[in-house]
Amino acid sequence: MKRPEPVQVIKSRRDAALTQLVTSVPYIQFLGITFDRRGDELTAVLPFRDDLIGNPILPALHGGAIAAFLEVTAVIGLSWAAQWNDLEDGTLDTDAARPKLPKTIDFTVDYLRSGLPRDAYARARVNRSGRRYASVHVEAWQDNRARLFAQATGHFLMPPAVQVSDGKG
Amino acid sequence: MSKPATPKPATSKPDRTKLARQFIEALPHSRALAMHLESLGDGEASISMPYDPRMIGDPETGVIHGGAVSALMDTCGGAAVMSHPDALGTATIDLRIDYMRAATPGQTIRAKATCYHVTREVAFVRAEAVDDDGENPVACATGAFTFQRAKKTEGAT
Repeated sequence: MKRPEPVQVIKSRRDAALTQLVTSVPYIQFLGITFDRRGDELTAVLPFRDDLIGNPILPALHGGAIAAFLEVTAVIGLSWAAQWNDLEDGTLDTDAARPKLPKTIDFTVDYLRSGLPRDAYARARVNRSGRRYASVHVEAWQDNRARLFAQATGHFLMPPAVQVSDGKG
Repeated sequence: MSKPATPKPATSKPDRTKLARQFIEALPHSRALAMHLESLGDGEASISMPYDPRMIGDPETGVIHGGAVSALMDTCGGAAVMSHPDALGTATIDLRIDYMRAATPGQTIRAKATCYHVTREVAFVRAEAVDDDGENPVACATGAFTFQRAKKTEGAT
């Protein structure tokens, strides 16, 4: 039986991998999206900003900003889930210049209620993840976790398997 | 991009078209993405969005993030609905986007949306986005939007 790793080692490894994933995408920085991590669970956070507004009269978040937020949550959630095992058993190539990201095939957003001018949160659930294709569902809320303001389903093409895991057979 | 001429729409509702144009160009998020309304009228809208490195989704290739394309499609779809002669207001109910190919880095993306059917309360929209290669669309979208009518119409079905 292997001795468990010190908690700080685990945390810093996971946080570093997540940071690398998230900071590699300029558009995530442009929208100001951050990710909270609890174990392997990620919550995406979209801090409110005036330039996310679509309807200045209500005011309400722009549907496009909401769609982008959900798609970012889906792509990062899927990449994170896909690399989790490699990250934990130490086979993830963290020196690779940039993580390969899944490509969106299609993305469908349901706008359930208007987005209020305040922070929004979202979580992705990978419902199916195969070698080539994946299906991901995303839920987004603001004040109440049970009161979704948007949800989305997307299909993604997974990046080709990384060289490192090929060598292991 | 050429400067758009002052719109002189042939329709009987020039004020509404002008209003819609002002409304769309004032949307803060659309401004943040530097969207430009190319044409608008009678249930059709065309909007362009220049390439910007801040919108990159795949750092390996420099390809724009799908989310930025979604924002363009959503804005263009909403604009198409607003340009309908009877429209007063609209909001997206749902929007599906098919990403057919990666947009070429460095090129402006142009979306064209058509509001092809309206009922009393719902507008149905189709949209397509292209880059410099106008033959092969980058993405297609279909959506349903709420449809607030400007006035009561008699004999509506």
